[in-house]
Order: sequence, then C-alpha cells, then structure tokens
Amino acid sequence: MTQFLDIAGLCARIDADGQEKEILRGVDLSIPPGEVHAIMGPNGSGKSTLSYVLAGREDYEVTAGSVTFQGQDLLAMEPEERAAAGLFLAFQSPIELPGVNNANFLRTAVNAVRRARGQEELDAVAFLKTAREASKALSMAPDMLKRNVNVGFSGGEKKRNEVLQMTLLQPSFAILDETDSGLDVDALRIVAEGVNRLRSPSFSALVITHHQRLLDYLVPDRIHVMAKGRIIHSGGPELAKQIDSEGYTRFLAEAA
Amino acid sequence: MPAVTETREAVEKLGQSSYKWGFETEIDMDLAPKGLNEDTIRLISARKEEPEWLLEWRLSAFKAWQQMTEPTWAKVKYPPIDYQDAHYYAAPKKKPGPKSLEEVDPELLRTYEKLGIPLHEQAMLAGVELPEGETARPPVAVDAVFDSVSVVTTFRKTLEEAGVIFCPISEAVKDHPDLVRKYLGTVVPAGDNFFAALNSAAFTDGSFVFVPKGVRCPMELSTYFRINARNTGQFERTLIVVEDGASVSYLEGCTAPMRDENQLHAAVVELVAMEDASIKYSTVQNWYPGDENGRGGIYNFVTKRGACRGARSKISWTQVETGSAITWKYPSCILQGEGSVGEFYSVAVTNNHQQADTGTKMIHIGRNTRSTIIAKTISAGQSDSTYRGLVRVLPKAYGARNFTQCDSLLIGDRCGAHTVPYIENRNMGARIEHEATTSKISEDQLFYCRQRGLSEEDAVGLIVNGFCRDVLKELPMEFAVEAQKLLQISLEGSVG
Repeated sequence: MTQFLDIAGLCARIDADGQEKEILRGVDLSIPPGEVHAIMGPNGSGKSTLSYVLAGREDYEVTAGSVTFQGQDLLAMEPEERAAAGLFLAFQSPIELPGVNNANFLRTAVNAVRRARGQEELDAVAFLKTAREASKALSMAPDMLKRNVNVGFSGGEKKRNEVLQMTLLQPSFAILDETDSGLDVDALRIVAEGVNRLRSPSFSALVITHHQRLLDYLVPDRIHVMAKGRIIHSGGPELAKQIDSEGYTRFLAEAA
Repeated sequence: MPAVTETREAVEKLGQSSYKWGFETEIDMDLAPKGLNEDTIRLISARKEEPEWLLEWRLSAFKAWQQMTEPTWAKVKYPPIDYQDAHYYAAPKKKPGPKSLEEVDPELLRTYEKLGIPLHEQAMLAGVELPEGETARPPVAVDAVFDSVSVVTTFRKTLEEAGVIFCPISEAVKDHPDLVRKYLGTVVPAGDNFFAALNSAAFTDGSFVFVPKGVRCPMELSTYFRINARNTGQFERTLIVVEDGASVSYLEGCTAPMRDENQLHAAVVELVAMEDASIKYSTVQNWYPGDENGRGGIYNFVTKRGACRGARSKISWTQVETGSAITWKYPSCILQGEGSVGEFYSVAVTNNHQQADTGTKMIHIGRNTRSTIIAKTISAGQSDSTYRGLVRVLPKAYGARNFTQCDSLLIGDRCGAHTVPYIENRNMGARIEHEATTSKISEDQLFYCRQRGLSEEDAVGLIVNGFCRDVLKELPMEFAVEAQKLLQISLEGSVG
C-alpha cells in the first residue's frame, strides 16, 4: 500500500572538492499520514543530507531510489513545487536575507504557496493579523516581524522563526532538522508546542534530533536510527530513552 | 494614483521575458540631414525660433566640442561612434492651428498607450481634472518628450497658480528668456566635457522648471523620455532652478523602443538650489539594454550636476539604472552654500553584456557641507559595472563631512564589479568615511527562498530588492513600485 511518504532505496552523493562522496546508501522509510517520526543517529550519518534531498537541494545528485509524496514523484519536482505540494524544511542553520523584511518575506512565501495551491492570496492586513497571532503563540518579540529575515537573530530566535514560517505555510509534511539544537529548555518547550499544535490526521513530520529531550515534548510515533547513509533500526518512542542511555554502539554492531 | 497602476501593468507585461516596448511608431518625421556642423545647428536653432544669443551659445559649444576628444577613462568599451552619421534633429511634423489633444498625431497617443502610460491617464493628458477625493496621493505633472519635441504638458494650470514654471525648455526660451539665459550653462558650462559640449551645441528639447521663492511645488514633476526615430541621437537639456526656501521633487523615467543600431543619448541636467531650497531628482532609467548577445542598445552618456548655491540648500539624486547598453553618468553636487547637503542614492543593474560606469562627485566648497553617497551595484551575466566617485573637500570647507557606502552584488561568475573612489581632501578638519562590500547571492539564500515556495526569479528579486532597500526607500512612491519590478525583470534569466 502506498503511504503518505515513501522513500525506497534512496542513494545520493555530493561532489565535494572534485571528489564524489556517497552519503545516502539506500534509505528506506515510509511515513503514514498523521504520524510524527524521528530520526536519530551519529554525526555524519546522512540525516541532514536526507532532509536536503527531500527538499530538493541541487548540490546533491540522486543516483538511485525513489521518493513518492502523496502519490507524486517528489524527486522530479522543483524545490518550490515541493513547497507548494506541502513539504516544509525547518533549516538546521536558517539563512539570513539582509534588507528583506521578515513580514514581507513571510507574506510573499505564504502567497506564493497559496497561489500554487489554488487558494486566495492574503492581503497585507489579513496576513499581519495571522502572523502576529502566530508569533505571539511562539513567544516571539513583536519586532521580529519587522526585522530583516534572520539577520541579527539569536540562535533561538532563528529556530522560532522557522517554526513561525511552518505555522503560516501550513505544510502537510514538515522536516525539522535539529530544530532543538542550541535551544534552552523553555525555548525547546515553546518550539515543541508549536509543532504539536500542527499535529492532525493530515500533518506528518520527520524530526531529526540528537537529543531525547525534544522527543519528551514531541512524542513520535516511530523512531529510526540512521548510520552510514541507511536506516539501520526502527522502533517505538521508547527507543529514544534506550539510545540516550546506551548510545548507538549496539545498533551499529548489529548492522555491521 | 498616477503613474503607479499603469506603469506597474506595463512593467508586468514587460516581464514576459523580452523587451516589449520594442515597437516603433509610424509618424511623419521632420528630419535634419545627417551630420553635425554649423548649418545643422543653425537649422535646429531656426526651427526652434531661438534668439540670437542662444544660437551663439550653441555655436561656441560646437567650436569647443570640435577641439575636444571623447573621454576614455571610463571602464566601458564600444566601437568608435561616427558623430557625422546621425541625425541631430527629428520632430513630429507640426500641423497648423491651436494646440489641443486632437491636434496630436493619433499614432503618438497610441504610443503613449502602449507605454502603459507612465504619462498616465489619457484623461490627464486631455486636461481632465480628477474628481475631488478620488485619490489620496498628490498628482504628478508630466512633460512628455517624444523624440526631442515636448508634445503635451499637463497640469500647467495648477502649477501656474502656484507660480511654478514647468514647460519644455524650447518654450521657456521664448516665454522666460531672461531666466533661461541667467542660468543655462552656469552649472554645466557649454564646454564642460565632450558629451556636454555636444549637447550644448545640438540639444533639441528638454524640461525647464522654475520654483519661485518660498513655494513648495504642489505636485511631483515628471518627464518621460522616449527615443523613437531611427538613428537620431537625443540630446535633452533640463534646467531646474529653485529659489530661496522653495522645493521640488522631479521624476525622470525613460523607455525606448528596440533597435539594432546603437543610439546615442547625451543629456545634460542642471540643477540650481538657492538658500534653504531643496531639489529631489529621481531617475528610473530603463532604456533598451541590447539583446542577450550585446547587440544594440542605448549609449547613455549623461552629465548631471547640481549646484547648492545658497546656505542650507539640499540636492538629492536618486537613480535606478537598469537599462542602456552603456551608462556613463555621474550626477554630482557642488556644495557651495554654507551647511548645504548633497545626496546620491544609486542602484545600477547590469545584465548580459551591459556596461555601466556610474557614480557621483561631491565637491565641498562651503563650511559645514555634508554629503552622503549610497551606491548599490548589481552585475549579472557577462556584464561589467563600475562605481566611480569623487569626494573633494576644498580648503575652506571647514567641518565638511562625507559618508560613502558602495556595495556590489554579483550574480553568476562571468560578471565584474569595480569600485573606484577618489578622495581629495584639503581641509584637515573634514571627516570622510568610505565603506565598501562585495558579495554574491548565495546558493543557500536561493534554496532557502525556494523551499518556502518562491520561484527562483522571485527569490532573486527579493534578495536584490533587499540589497537595494536603502536606495529604493529614497524614491517617491510612484517610482518605488516600478523600480522594484524593473530590478527583477532586468535580472531575469541571470541565475540557473
């Protein structure tokens, strides 16, 4: 049966300084609608690469495998088409856009996506109202909508700004790439609540994290362990605690 | 209201990739024979029924020009121009009778229509006044220069009531000869430089603005230039004089039809600001830049200079230059009056094979004079763009201050950006600051925007507009919207 998101035998490489480097070596992963899955794994296992490949970053070359998203061939789509189709990536290191007003950027993005989805565009007043409410729910300072996109934001502000964008763009599938890194406990809780508010039968998420703590707030349906470009183990939410106490050694040994 | 809606629509149509204003109007032309000599100048002067002193002035400029050589110091390359192979006068043939809209060649009006028309409403052209309260924005008066001869000037009446003179310079020569004679050539002398001398000898028309003492011009003044006839160089002459305590905001916009041959444009703009006067001069220049192989396009060799003669006077230049094959342009301020202020805000975009060498000169003469220069340069394709600026502080300019910021943005890896600041300081108490940056639109930024649903072109537009924000915010509303769209359009196809 086709799932909401089906990744099968996905291989991808990057050209680093003239050297082809294989990073994904046959990723198999399925996420049903309405579920939140987490990916954990040691550094350099390919977690962020997976998120970039799913979002359509051109630096990576897909050499084998397929990704089906809501019945569509995801890999054949441009990044903006993927966004319109409902895919959202919360960046591990959000990018700065000097001179670009945050509210203006958000509205341009929201309306681009709404246009592509056949929805009516939001006018400035309606948008600002929605954006203010959403940013307040994330305990963001009121002036953050007026500032330039991510310029001069603290690490925590950048992450909240990612969650704000996610809230406004209303994706059906969100990838959160270490959104918890660099956050203090309070910020972590606020960000997790922001994600939890989106949870519904028509929203799925893939959460990449190193820490069990985020998963305490954001209880996943499944947890996958990724190493050396493959999913080597999958289990229920209890897996997080096991990894936290034992590390990845046992899974790595089993996979070898 | 005015220019905005129509202009935006016109510009959006432009956005369908190629230069859509490449139409040519079939219209009866009155053409002088090719070449520039004393006879041509006499012909121009006679056609315009000019007084003797102006003819003499033209002839002396011509003599000076003959002794001069074309400047070669700018970082631009182009084949030699044969100045004798161009027409120096082209005017739509006049029909007898009183001037009214019906008198205007319908082809001409259709051209305005096609332009979309920044020369906005036909109703305005016809002199129909807007119903009360229909628009919150102040109206814009337009002086249309259609291949050298100003055809219609709107809003003359409202301006007259305020005491403001806004008319074609050829008319000003007839109606206000003393004013023209008093100021013409006093900021940019006839023999100032090669192109200015050429203009002084051969100028056909342009705009004249005079704002008397204490008057704030009740509306923004606007001239839309358009080069239409094949092979006629256009030599516009603009003179703006603002008396004590008066102020004016002047908008200049340009579009030109597509051409295979390069067309020369050598305009001269002179601004005079007296005590406590202020002049804001904004330009959006969108002339045909040539095709993607560098064929055709306008040569834009312009001399623009303002004199802050009175104490506390202020001249502010804002320019968005997206068009022309070659741009050679340095709007400058002579800061003579004590405490006078000069500003230069510039965005120059080059794509494909365009070349731009542009900047400013700030000459600090008086005490406590201040100047600000913000120049944003964007290069894409195989284009080359240079900022060239001079800040000169003379010995008596005690307390002079200058701040200069030059930022370059590169798109792709085949374009060039250069910054050439000249600083000459002869007063130890002056403070001069210069900041410069060069950056590229990063893949990260593009991907981030696209992941949020923006197309690649929209993403570039957003990033570029962000880069230019400090300059764009200086533009009057009418132009700001147009300029933003233009930036994006001129960079289409520059990534990916």
